[in-house]
Amino acid sequence: MKKYWFNSWLIFLFFVLILSTSLLLTGHQAADSEKEQQKAEGKERNDIQVPPPPLNEDTFPCSMCHADMETNLERRELVDFHDDIVLHHDEENRWCMACHDAENRDMLHSASGELIDFSESYKLCGQCHGPKLRDWKAGIHGRRTGQWNGEKQYLLCAHCHDPHSPKFQKMKPDPAPIKPGKKK
Amino acid sequence: MSIHKTAFSPKKVNRRSFLKVAAITSSAAALAACGDKAALEEFLQRDFRSLSKEKIAKIVKRLEAEFAEKYGKPFTVSTKEAIPNTLFGYGLDLSRCIGCRKCVYACQEENNQSRDPQILWIKVLEMQKEKGVDFADANLYYDHEEVPHEGHFYLPMGCQQCKNPPCVKSCPVGATYTDPDGIVVVDYNWCIGCRCCMASCPYGARHFNWGKPSLPAEDANPKTHYLGNRPRMKGVVEKCTWCIQRTREGRYPVCVEVCPVGARKFGNLLDPDSEIRYILENKRVLILKEELNTQPKFYYFYGT
Repeated sequence: MKKYWFNSWLIFLFFVLILSTSLLLTGHQAADSEKEQQKAEGKERNDIQVPPPPLNEDTFPCSMCHADMETNLERRELVDFHDDIVLHHDEENRWCMACHDAENRDMLHSASGELIDFSESYKLCGQCHGPKLRDWKAGIHGRRTGQWNGEKQYLLCAHCHDPHSPKFQKMKPDPAPIKPGKKK
Repeated sequence: MSIHKTAFSPKKVNRRSFLKVAAITSSAAALAACGDKAALEEFLQRDFRSLSKEKIAKIVKRLEAEFAEKYGKPFTVSTKEAIPNTLFGYGLDLSRCIGCRKCVYACQEENNQSRDPQILWIKVLEMQKEKGVDFADANLYYDHEEVPHEGHFYLPMGCQQCKNPPCVKSCPVGATYTDPDGIVVVDYNWCIGCRCCMASCPYGARHFNWGKPSLPAEDANPKTHYLGNRPRMKGVVEKCTWCIQRTREGRYPVCVEVCPVGARKFGNLLDPDSEIRYILENKRVLILKEELNTQPKFYYFYGT
C-alpha cells in the first residue's frame, strides 16, 4: 500500500515537471520574438532616443532650394540666405560641405563619406569630440530629464550648442539673494 | 528608612513631574477651550518615526485639508518611504556651471520656500580661478550683467547629505535624521527650533523660519512630501531633501532638470550602471571640507 502511494506521487511530480518546463520554454520563445520584433523596428534598448533635431521650418528640407542649385564650394560671406550663419567652428579648416552632403542635400556626412541623418547628428560630432560623445552616452555630458531609475530623455548636441558656433553664450544671471537684514 | 518611605509615599510626586503634568494639562485645556480640535491634535502629535500607519494617515488627511483651504487648490502630502536598495548620490560638474542661478529659483518654487523672508536652499558661490575652491574669498551676492564672469568659476552649495551628519548628531530631540536612502530629513512638527543643527552644519545648508513663511497661493506647489516640501511654519528649520517628493517617485530633482548646461547629475550609488557611479569611476571628484569627516554624498567633479 505504501509503495503504491509513493508511485502515484512520483507520477504526479513527473507531470508537474513537464508542465512547468513547457511553460518556461514557451515564455522564453515569446520574449525572444518580442526582442526580434523590436530589432526589426529599430527600437533596440541600446538605441538612443532623442527629440527631433532643432531644424528651422523655413530652411529645412534643404533640398527645397538646393535640389536644382549648383554647389558653390567657395569660402565666402553668406548674403541674402543663411546670413545668420557665421561659422565659428574650426572655420579655418572647414566650410559647409565638410558636414553637409553635397549630393544628398537633406543629410549630413561623416569624414569617410557615410550619410548621417540629422536625428543622429551626434555621430558626426563624435568624430572629433570622442570623449564628449562617450560621456554623453553615459549621461554625464549634457542635460537629461526623466527618471533616474527608468526612462530618460536625451538632447542632441545641437539642442544646446549651435553647430556653426558651438561655444556657449553668456547669459544674465537670476537676481542675487537678499542680504540678511535688508528688505526687498 | 525603606519601610518608612513605602508607608508614607507610595507614589512620589516631585516638583518636576508636577510641573510637567500641570503644563501639559493647562495648555491642552487652553487649546481645547479655544475649540480648535486640529490644533490640539497637532500639539499632542508624537515624532514622525514613532507614529502608527493609521495615525499618519489621519495627520496627512488633516494637513491636506488645511493646505487646500489655505492655498485654494487640492494638495497631496506623500509619506512615501525610501525605495529599497537605493542610496542617493549627487554630482555637480564644476567645469560646466556658469552661475546663472536657475537652480536656486527652481528649487524655491518646487519646494515651497518662503518668499518673504526669503529662504533659498541653494547658494551659488562665485570663486576666483586663481585661488581655486576657497570659501574665504567666495562671493554669494555677485551681480553681473552676464555670467560666467571673466576669471571666475561657480560652486553651487546646498545640503551635502552627509553620511556622517553633524546636524543629526546635534539635534537634541531627534527631529532630524537620515532615511535609508541617505536623505537627511526634518520632521517639522517635532523640531523645537533650537537651531543647534544650523550651528553644526559646516555648509550653511540649514535655514530657519525666523518669520511666518509667506507663500503666494498661486506659487504654491501642491505636490508635497511630509518630510520635504510641505509648507512650513514659523520657528522650524528646513533644508534640501534632494526633492524627496520627486526622487522617491523615480524622478530627478528639479535642479538637475532645470540646469541649462547639464552640470547636475543624480542617481543611485548602489547601482553600478548609474550616472553617479560613472562619475565616481571616471572623473576627478572632490568633496567639500573633507577634513571634517562629514562624508558628503554630494560629489563635485570636473567633466572635461
